Formats: sequence, C-alpha cells, structure tokens
Amino acid sequence: MPNVLDIRRRIRSVRNTQQITKAMKMVSAAKLRRAQEAILRARPYAGRILEVVRSLMARSEIRRHPLLEKREEKNIQLVVVTADKGLCGAFNANIVKAAEGFIREKEDQSLDLFCVGRKGLDYFGKRTTPIRHRQVNLFQRIEYGHAREITGKLVSQFLSGERDAVYLLYNEFKSVIQQRIVVERLLPIPPITLSPEQNPVDYIYEQPASEILNTLMPRHVEVQVFRALLESSAAEHGARMTAMDAATNNAVEMIESLTLTMNRARQAGITKEIIEVVSGAAALT
Amino acid sequence: MAESTFKLTVVSPERLVVSEEVEAAQVPGKNGYLGILPGHAPMMTELDIGELSYRQGDRTGYLALTWGYCEVLSDQVIVLAERAERAEEVDLERAQASMERARKRLSNLRDTDTDFLRARTSLQRALIRVQVSQKADGDG
Repeated sequence: MPNVLDIRRRIRSVRNTQQITKAMKMVSAAKLRRAQEAILRARPYAGRILEVVRSLMARSEIRRHPLLEKREEKNIQLVVVTADKGLCGAFNANIVKAAEGFIREKEDQSLDLFCVGRKGLDYFGKRTTPIRHRQVNLFQRIEYGHAREITGKLVSQFLSGERDAVYLLYNEFKSVIQQRIVVERLLPIPPITLSPEQNPVDYIYEQPASEILNTLMPRHVEVQVFRALLESSAAEHGARMTAMDAATNNAVEMIESLTLTMNRARQAGITKEIIEVVSGAAALT
Repeated sequence: MAESTFKLTVVSPERLVVSEEVEAAQVPGKNGYLGILPGHAPMMTELDIGELSYRQGDRTGYLALTWGYCEVLSDQVIVLAERAERAEEVDLERAQASMERARKRLSNLRDTDTDFLRARTSLQRALIRVQVSQKADGDG
C-alpha cells in the first residue's frame, strides 16, 4: 500500500513545478506580445525599403547588381535561427530537423553553417557540418545592429565569391500555437518583381541611382534578416507559452490523480484501523 | 495652390519615429544639408549622419539620424533611417562617453588605418547626438 506521506510529498513537488510552469507561461505571454509589437513596428521600414528598391530598379537602367548575380551553387552557407533557450516544445527540434534535411539535400555541395541562437550551436557543435559563424545570446534583446552584423558577414563572403548562395532557415510566427519553418534564399537576392501598376515618379537623384542602389541592396538583406530574427523570437515565445500551458495542465491532472490515490490510501488506513478496533473489541466479548 | 504643410514620416527598423504634418524640414543629405518646403519636386537622396529638424508652427523638433534615405514625394517626405532618436530620448551621458572614447581612439590612429574610419564615424555620431540632445530643452 502506498504511503500517504510519500504521496503528499509528491503532490507538493508537482505543485511547485506547476507554479513554475504557470509563471513561465505568463512571462512568455508578455514577451510574445512585445515580440509581436516589434514585428509590427519593423514593418513600415521593411515595406519602404522594398518599395524604394523596386522603384529604383523600375526606373533605372540597372538591372544587374553583384548581389543579384546568380552563380552555380558550389559553396553554400545555411543560416540556422534557433532559440537561445529550451523549454519551448518542439521549437528547436523542428528547426534542427529541417536543417539536417537541408544539409542532406545539398550533400554534393560544400556547405557550412551560421548558427544564430545557442540551441542550434549546441546541436551542430557535436556534428560534422562545419560551423563558420555563430551568434548567441541575442534573443534577450534583438537590435537592428545584430541583423547588420550578421548580414555584413554574409554579404562580404558572397561578394568575395567565397560563397555562392546563402539560405536562411527560421521559424515563422503564424499564430500562438503554430510555427512554420521557412527556408529562404537570402543571397543572391531573389528577383524582385516590379509591380506594373506602379507609376514611376520622376525623381531628382542627388546621387546617381546606381550608387543609391548599391548601398540600398545590403540594407534590403539586413531587413530580411532582422525580420527573421523577430519572427523567430515571437515564434519561440509562442511555442514556449503553449508548451508551458500544456505542462501546467498536465500538472493539474497529475495532482488530481495523486490526490485520489492519497485519499484512497488514507481511507484504507482508517478502515483497517476500525477493523482492528472492532475485531479487538469482538475478541474481548 | 500648394499646400502649406506636408507629411513627414521617419521610420527606423525598430519603430515609427515621426509621423506628422509639418511646415518645413531640414535633412542631412549626403552632399550637405537640404531644406524641404511644401511643393518640393520629387527627390531621392541618401542621408548622412546628422541632425534632422522639422518645424510645425512655432515648435521645432530635432532628431539625431544615423544614415538613411530621404524620399520626397509631392505631398509627403519619407525618411528611412537606420537609427533615429528624438532629441529628448538621447542618452546624453552615453553619447558623451562614446565621444570621449572615439576621440581617444582617433588620437592613437593614423588616418590610413581601417579603424580610423570607424572611429571617425562613431565620433561623428556621438557629436550629433550630443548636439541634438542639447536642443531638447527648447522644445516644448
């Protein structure tokens, strides 16, 4: 028969865990809201940059740009965006799995990794795929500077011809309970579609249009990296929130079943004692 | 008849900084500061590190900008800034500290070093931030 005291101890420990998961869920909810706001705030800038690039390309003769140039993909770099922390369900596992799949697919080419986020680094650090760059502990506070730093490395490698293509793998925030894994080609920049209905404004250019385009293109990539970081962060908090919610519910269930077992044990103990008393009394008469 | 105001929008990657109807604006173009009044011809320019100011009635707002683009359209001006801070948001102490740091670094470097450019840029940035933040008091 289970010991009542042991069960009580067990219940207390589960309750403690439940309190922690509940708190974590609340924290994630708050952080998720902030991350979502950050995505919304970043949107106007990203939209404008794209529009400026579009209108520049539509108007100017220049269709060619080093960052648009397609080459045979011999050397590839994959940027894997994971979280810095765990306890968020299958969030990191999914992205790592997707990365493994991508690596297998590109087996014939030489490929190395750019790990963003500690969890991906932890995983791939023990594997054979070489890790070229790493960036960890940035999800505490995502700044545009991070995106700039990452992009700077990617762009210079691409321009020097060291890498022929750069892909970006991250979790996109779809809804609180849903993340979508996305693989995007960052470099060369996928052809930018020109919207035909856009009426070209005749600008006065202070600098030659090609010069503006030259500085604008890397910014365009930066914005995409920045957005991926924000998306991933929001997705991470969403995933953690759902995971912690599930954990809290499981704890509630566990406490219920443990309480039931404990009460049964207690009842059994009492019954046994009564039987002992009664049969003792019966023996005397 | 031209309008007497135009819409000024300043966006940075992190947020929307300014979205207001203004009467005039001055932006730090790469080839020098330029003033924009309503009815300006469509124009596109790269911006340098500098101070952006805009006037609205008797109120003038100042922003410290770090690199960006300015797009002038018939009825609005859009500034894409890599970083933009309102005068009252500038952390004066930090700006001054980084100014000192950059000065010190500059004095140890020759102008052929690659770091020289970086140090000079950060000095410039710090100077502008200090300059802008000192104008915050005059602003209502």
